[in-house]
Amino acid sequence: MSDQLQSDFDKLVKTSKFSSEEIKFKKNFLKNFIKNGFPNRKQEDWKFLDISQIIKKNISDLSFFNDYSQSNKIDPSVLVDGLEHNKIIFINGKIEKIDFNFEDQNKIEIIDEAKKDISFDYENSLIDLNSAFIDKIFKILIKKNYSLKKPLIIYHLTNDKIKSTNINLRLDFELGENSCLKLIDYFADTTAKNFINIFYNFNLEKDSILKNYKIDKFRNNNLKYSFNNIEQDNNSVSETFILSAGSDYFKNEINCNLNGEYSSAFINGIFTLKENQQHEIRTTINHLVENTKSYQLIKSVLGKNSKSAYQGRIFVNSKAQKTDGYQLSKAILLDETSEFNAKPELEIYADDVKCSHGSASGSLNENSIFYLMSRGLNYQQSKELLINGFFMDVVEKITDVEIKNLITNVIGLKQ
Amino acid sequence: MREEFKMDTREKDIEKLKDYKYGFTTDIENIKAPKGLNEDVIKFISNIKKEPQWMLDFRLKAFERLKLLKEPNWQKPKYPKIDYQDLYYYSAPKSMQDKPKSLDELDPKLLETYKKLGIPLQEQARLNGIAVDAVFDSVSVATTFKGELTKHGIIFCSMSEAIQKHPDLVKKYLGTVIPVTDHFFATLNSAVFTDGSFVYIPEGVKCPMELSTYFRINASETGQFERTLIIADKGSYVSYLEGCTAPMRDENQLHAANVELIALDDAEIKYSTVQNWYPGDENGKGGIYNFVTKRGLCKGKNSKISWTQVETGSAITWKYPSCILKGDNSIGEFYSIAITNNHQKADTGTKMIHLGKNTKSKIISKGISAGFSDMTYRGLVDINSKAKNSSNYTQCDSLLMGNKCGAHTVPYIKNKNFDSNIAHEATTSKISEEQLHYCQQRGLNAEEAVGLIVNGFCKEVLQQLPMEFAVEAQKLVGISLEGSVG
Repeated sequence: MSDQLQSDFDKLVKTSKFSSEEIKFKKNFLKNFIKNGFPNRKQEDWKFLDISQIIKKNISDLSFFNDYSQSNKIDPSVLVDGLEHNKIIFINGKIEKIDFNFEDQNKIEIIDEAKKDISFDYENSLIDLNSAFIDKIFKILIKKNYSLKKPLIIYHLTNDKIKSTNINLRLDFELGENSCLKLIDYFADTTAKNFINIFYNFNLEKDSILKNYKIDKFRNNNLKYSFNNIEQDNNSVSETFILSAGSDYFKNEINCNLNGEYSSAFINGIFTLKENQQHEIRTTINHLVENTKSYQLIKSVLGKNSKSAYQGRIFVNSKAQKTDGYQLSKAILLDETSEFNAKPELEIYADDVKCSHGSASGSLNENSIFYLMSRGLNYQQSKELLINGFFMDVVEKITDVEIKNLITNVIGLKQ
Repeated sequence: MREEFKMDTREKDIEKLKDYKYGFTTDIENIKAPKGLNEDVIKFISNIKKEPQWMLDFRLKAFERLKLLKEPNWQKPKYPKIDYQDLYYYSAPKSMQDKPKSLDELDPKLLETYKKLGIPLQEQARLNGIAVDAVFDSVSVATTFKGELTKHGIIFCSMSEAIQKHPDLVKKYLGTVIPVTDHFFATLNSAVFTDGSFVYIPEGVKCPMELSTYFRINASETGQFERTLIIADKGSYVSYLEGCTAPMRDENQLHAANVELIALDDAEIKYSTVQNWYPGDENGKGGIYNFVTKRGLCKGKNSKISWTQVETGSAITWKYPSCILKGDNSIGEFYSIAITNNHQKADTGTKMIHLGKNTKSKIISKGISAGFSDMTYRGLVDINSKAKNSSNYTQCDSLLMGNKCGAHTVPYIKNKNFDSNIAHEATTSKISEEQLHYCQQRGLNAEEAVGLIVNGFCKEVLQQLPMEFAVEAQKLVGISLEGSVG
């Protein structure tokens, strides 16, 4: 693979206009990636779903080269209707459009970031891969005291031009003091056999609020990996919601550092999987100072031959007294071929804390089905109603009403 | 006046408790194998124990395998590299060379040692009727109540004796639960194990008394590698207790035991451990590395294996008593209290592997960490796709005392069966001020109050221990946390 990586990289350098400094950075990342390769099950974080195996099985001839000189047409039919929003449109590894029409242009700054290094420690070769082959890195700055009027939707699209390709996206967000951003990741890619590698960096200053909703609903045969790194200052709040349903493989990783007092992080997720889908969520919450709070709720419904995994880690530093951490994962297995794996992990070094986690998995409760059937519903309806209720629990946690409605509709839940 | 008196007795109590009670050494002449790990040492061990050829082959096969293995390093407590060539793999009191036929011929110094430990070997001194097998460094020194047990057809003897007298049973079952190809420490044990207990309960027999083994490390620079094998034949029942101590030494000593349990149809094995190896001094110097492999196989239908452990000693504890639930309707249980203080480290938990239909498992784990210690619960619940209608319930609670210590929970949950249920709960907290205040208001001092609350916290597990052990364990819980309040 390393020969191909090298030749694809050379091709990329030739066709794109990178500065010599950029190329230097990229070469370094490439070197790291060639050394480590795709993560595999020998690494603790990849124990349940081994991405190197999955890529080998699904994409036999993965190419890393992406021609950034070509532009792609935007198909307006995929855009979300009925919700006014700002857009970033990302097609085939290239950002085609950034549009903040609804906002005060003075309050938002978009920087074509030249700085390519990564400021935090990571042991993740996919970030190396991302950094080596990425086109442009944009940094979006939201200025002090400004709340975006409308949500920002990032469209993740692909078209027929690419096949068996690794495409990368990186965006950095900086939320100034007392600002607010609602961000929706909307996956509407239809092509098959691409590996999409997304890396977001969020920096939340004092009193800022970030709401990130990831919607992967439409069935496609792509493999996806998404990594969010969130740094939080005093009093900031981050809310992440993940709907993981469409792709063949999707791993969402959230790493959240609660650096400021009274900051809090909420992560909620839904898996609804069918034939041969393998999805995973991994959350790491680092409580580093006093009086911080985190909450995670992950629910799965697993159909035939599907597999979901949840790895949740709560770390509490010895300084972080009065931490409140809670984590719950639940799964319903619908078929004898479905599989649920969990690793809820607590690592605690402070004594005055309240941390707990729970995990439960099993089949649908026959008694509940019997109850509903005795009231006139048929078996299928009862099952659907129970699953509906099971998911509503998570959807109810969404704090933005408009977006809650959008997501309820997308999943097809009844209120 | 009364106040003074109270102070005085309390001080005395503390004085008494402060030191590791079992820290003395016995000055006894030893026979040791030459230092180091090689084929000759293994042959030496096998030879001195007059083992048959198949046993030596078993050891050598393990040794061959060991050469290919690396020490695992995924665990939380890290330790300085052990030089396996700088250890004695066999040490026995000289007087044991020509085996004494009865207790009267036993070296009086040995008897004295066990008396100090509170394990009188003279049967007449026993009131509560527990049969004891005492293991001193590498050899079993005495097994009590043999006559009574033989009447029921129960075999309870040292491993070396079993290899001589019951080779068929040993051959049939040894290494079936922990194969020679297992992980590093288990394989090391397979190669160099010295002694341990062997129990066989025949079909339909309920063992009339508790069986117990007492392990003692005395010699310095010695690793203890014992091997225990318990077989419960169809419809039988046995309750087995294990206790351990070691003298205080500055160096770290290695203890790598293997315990194999096999329960056939309708049989039940209850295995209880009170582990109180020397934990090192308050600065973390010395102490035992307790790297133990314990595994039970519920081979038959309706069988049951229950592990209960109270882990208070050792510098580093690293063990996961596991159950393989192979027979349909079999049950696995794991009850654990782990207490770490000062610089102790523990990484302990269990594995429940469900293979048969309608299998059930239950895990209750209580971890308490104080001082600068680190406690990890690590467990696996794996329900196989064939294990229809199985269920597991896990509860692990941690209690932290002070902000220099750590408590961690790392459960792995794998559910491959839609008919089965897994529930897992974990909490971490500290002793609340209100609880302490309440107790102190009623006349308890701070330490007594903590002791009371901790005992309440551990009650679910303590209840599982046999009577005699429960009392000892309760005291041990109090002693282990000495000086951690305030």
